[in-house]
Amino acid sequence: MTQSTPFFSLRGICKSFPGVKALDDVQLDLYPGEVTALIGENGAGKSTLVKTVTGIYQPESGQLMLEGEPLILSSPDKAREHGITAIHQETVLFDELSVTENIFAGHYLRKGFFSTLDWPTMHKRAQQILESIDAPLSANTLLKHLSIGQRHMVAIARALSFDARVVILDEPTAALSHHETQELYAIVNKLKQAGCAILFISHKFDEIFSIADRFTVFRDGKYIDSGVISEVDESQLVKMMVGRSVDQIYPKVTVALGEEVLKAENLSHPTEFDDISFSLKRGEILGFYGLVGAGRTELMQGLFGVNELMTGRVSIEGQTVSIKSPAQAIAQGIVYVPEERQAQGAILDLPIYQNIGLPQLSKVNTNGWLSNYAEYQMADKFAHRLSVKAPNWLEKVENLSGGNQQKVVIAKWLATLPKVLILDEPTKGIDIGSKAAVHAFMSELVEQGLSVIMVSSELPEVMGMADRIIVMHEGLNVCQLNRDEFTAERIVSAATNGRQESA
Amino acid sequence: MKTLFKQREALLSILIVVMTLAVATITADFISLANLVIVYNDTAILIILALGQMLVIITRCIDLSVAANLAFTAMVVSMLNSQFPEIPVVFLLIIGALLGMCLGMINGLLVWKLGIPAIVVTLGTMSIYRGAVFLLSDGKWVNAHEMSESFIDIPRYVLLGLPLMAWLSILMIAVMYYFSRYQRTGREIFAAGNSPVAAFYCGMDVGKLQFKAFTISGLLAGLCGYLWASRYAVAYVDVAAGFELQVIAACVIGGISIMGGVGTVLGCVLGALFLGVINNALPVIGISPFWQMAISGAVIVIAVVVNTRAEQGHTRIILKKATLKAA
Repeated sequence: MTQSTPFFSLRGICKSFPGVKALDDVQLDLYPGEVTALIGENGAGKSTLVKTVTGIYQPESGQLMLEGEPLILSSPDKAREHGITAIHQETVLFDELSVTENIFAGHYLRKGFFSTLDWPTMHKRAQQILESIDAPLSANTLLKHLSIGQRHMVAIARALSFDARVVILDEPTAALSHHETQELYAIVNKLKQAGCAILFISHKFDEIFSIADRFTVFRDGKYIDSGVISEVDESQLVKMMVGRSVDQIYPKVTVALGEEVLKAENLSHPTEFDDISFSLKRGEILGFYGLVGAGRTELMQGLFGVNELMTGRVSIEGQTVSIKSPAQAIAQGIVYVPEERQAQGAILDLPIYQNIGLPQLSKVNTNGWLSNYAEYQMADKFAHRLSVKAPNWLEKVENLSGGNQQKVVIAKWLATLPKVLILDEPTKGIDIGSKAAVHAFMSELVEQGLSVIMVSSELPEVMGMADRIIVMHEGLNVCQLNRDEFTAERIVSAATNGRQESA
Repeated sequence: MKTLFKQREALLSILIVVMTLAVATITADFISLANLVIVYNDTAILIILALGQMLVIITRCIDLSVAANLAFTAMVVSMLNSQFPEIPVVFLLIIGALLGMCLGMINGLLVWKLGIPAIVVTLGTMSIYRGAVFLLSDGKWVNAHEMSESFIDIPRYVLLGLPLMAWLSILMIAVMYYFSRYQRTGREIFAAGNSPVAAFYCGMDVGKLQFKAFTISGLLAGLCGYLWASRYAVAYVDVAAGFELQVIAACVIGGISIMGGVGTVLGCVLGALFLGVINNALPVIGISPFWQMAISGAVIVIAVVVNTRAEQGHTRIILKKATLKAA
C-alpha cells in the first residue's frame, strides 16, 4: 500500500512569531490513501503547521506542493478550493446554526438569477453525507444541542462536503469517549479508502499505532524524522519526540498519611452529580478519573463554592463548614486551580506578581495603601518556589508558555497557605518538561502536609500520582480504588461503562 | 408553523395582543382598524431602522449613528426639495438612501479597516453627522410650507387600506427576511456574529461582513431620513434626537442578542411593534410621556433578563435521572 510519490508535501517551511521560531525549516509528506501521524510535544509546532497548511498563517519561506505543483495558500478559502481541510482540536463551528448550515457555511449552494440559497438541496446533501459516515443526526438540529462527539461528525461531514483530498485531524479524540473514538476510526478508514491524504495529530500512542501508516516527528519547531509506522516502536518515537528517553515521569513519593482533613458526605446536584462521598487525609493525593463530562469539574466547583445548587455536607478537620462562595472556600483553606487556565485561572493582562498577589491583597494592604513592594516580595517567594520561567515577575502572564502560566496559577493559590489544593486537569495542554515539574511539585506539597485532589483524564497521570482514585461516570461515583488495586483495565472500564468489574 | 414561531416570538406576539386588548378596554377605539393602521404606520420607521440595526448587532457591533444619519439625510432631501421642487420625490428617496449608505460605509470602514470598536466609531460619527446637519442648515429649519406637496403627500397615499409608508416597511421586512435567509451575505453575517473564529476558518472576512452590515444600516437610515422629514413635515438639527436608543431597544426586546449571532427578522419586527404599541397606547390612557420612557426602559431590562434566562436553559445535564426528568 505504500506509494512512493507524496500527494501533498512541504519543504523548508519557516514561520516565526515575536520571540519564537514556531516552525524552522520543516518538511512533511502526505500520501493518498494513507494516514500520516504528526508527533511532537506541545510547542513542537504542530498547530502552527496545521494553520499554515490551511491558509490561516502564511509561511515566511518554504514551499507547499500539491501533486507536484507549487501552491500558495493566501487564505482559508484558497485551501478549501484545493481540497485541503482541517478538523480542529476544539471544533470550530457555529453553535447557533443548523447542522446543514455548519456543513455548508462559506460554500453555500446557490441557484437562480439572484443566487438564492438552495436550502432544500443543502439539507438533502447534508443528510446524505451524514448517512455516508453513519452519523445518526438530523441535519435540521442546531449545533448547540449536539455532544462533542457529534460535533466532530459534523466537522467531518463538512470536510466531505467539498471533496476534501487532504484532511487534517488535529487531536480529534481529545474529548471523545471510547465508543466515539471507535466511530471516528471507522470514518478515517472510509476517508482512506476514498483516497484522501490524512494528517493525524495525536498525543496518544495507542491511537497512532492503530490508525497511522506513517509518522513524522517534530521537536521545538524542527523536523526530526519520518518513516513507516510499522518499523518503529513507542520508545523510539518517545526518544525522537523528547530527544532523550523518559524513564521516571512520575515522581511519586509515599507520604505517611495524617488525620482526615476534608470529609464530603452525600454531595448532590439536581442535574450534575449525585450522592458523592469521600474523605481526604493530610498528605494524600486523591485522583478523580472519568471521561470528559462525567461531572468531575462540576463537583470540584461545588466544593469551591461556585456551584450554588450543591447539597450535602462538607467538613474540614472535623468541623462542618458552609461554603457558598469561593471567598468562604479560600477562608476554609480549599483552593481550586481550574481547567480553563486562561479563562478562569489567570488574568492574562496582568503581570505575574499581581496575579499571585490577587487573592490576598489585604495582606499587602497596610494602612490603606497597597504596597506593590510587599506584593512583589510575596510573589517572588512563591514564583521562585515553583520555578516559574520569566525574565522577571513584571512580565504579563499572557507572554508565558502554558506550563508557566499553570505554575503562576498554582503559585497564586499556594500563597494563600491552603489545606486542600484542588487541581483540575493540571497538566492539560502543557509540554512534558513542565508536566514533570508540576508532578514533582505535587509530591513536594504533600510531603509538606498539604492534601491534593487531582482531576485528570490522563490515565498514566492519575495512576502515577494518586494514592487513591475515585472513578466517576455520568455524575456518579462508580468505584474507589486504593493504590494497590490500580489497574488500567479496571479504571477505564469503570469510567466508560459505569460498572466496576472484578479484576 | 411551530418551528417558524419560536417560543420567544410567540410570547412577544401574545404580549402585544394582550396589551392592545387591555388598552381597548379603556378606549374601545384603540382596536378599530383605522387606529391599528395608524399605530402600524407610526411604527414603520422604527421597524425599518431596527432591521438595519439588527444586522449590525448580529455581527457583534452596534450602530449609534442611525438617528444622526437620519437627521442628516432628512435635512439634505428637505433642502433639495425646497430649492428644487421639480426633482421627483422618488429621486429624493434614492438620494437619501444612497447618502445614508455612504454614511454607513464610513462607519463600516472605520470598524473594518482600522479595527476601532463599533461603539466608539459610531459614538463619534453620531456627533459628527449631527454636527454636519447644523453646518448644512446653519441651524435653520425647513418647514412644511417650504416643502412641495408631493414631498409630503406621497408616503401618505393610501393603497389597499395602508399608507405607502407602511407598505414600504412591509416590503423592507420581506426583503430583509429573504436576505437573512436566502442570501449568502445575509447568512454569513449571522455566522460571523455567532463565531468569528469559525467564520474566519470557513474563509469569511468578518470585518468585511461588519462593513456590509453597517452599509445596509446606513442605507435604511437614509431611506428613513426622507420618510421622517415627510411624515413630520419638518427638518431641523435635532430631528430624531435619541431615537437610536429606541431602535436598539426594539432589537433587544425582539431577542436580538447583544452578544451577536442570534436573532430573527420576525423577532426584530415584533420588538419594534411592541414599542410602537406602548408609545401609542400610553397617551391614549392618559399616562405622561415621562412614564413612557420609564416603561420602555423597564421592558428592555426585562427582555434582557428573559434572554439570559433562556440562554441558561441550555446547560449540559450529566445525570441520567435528571435527563429522564427533563425529557
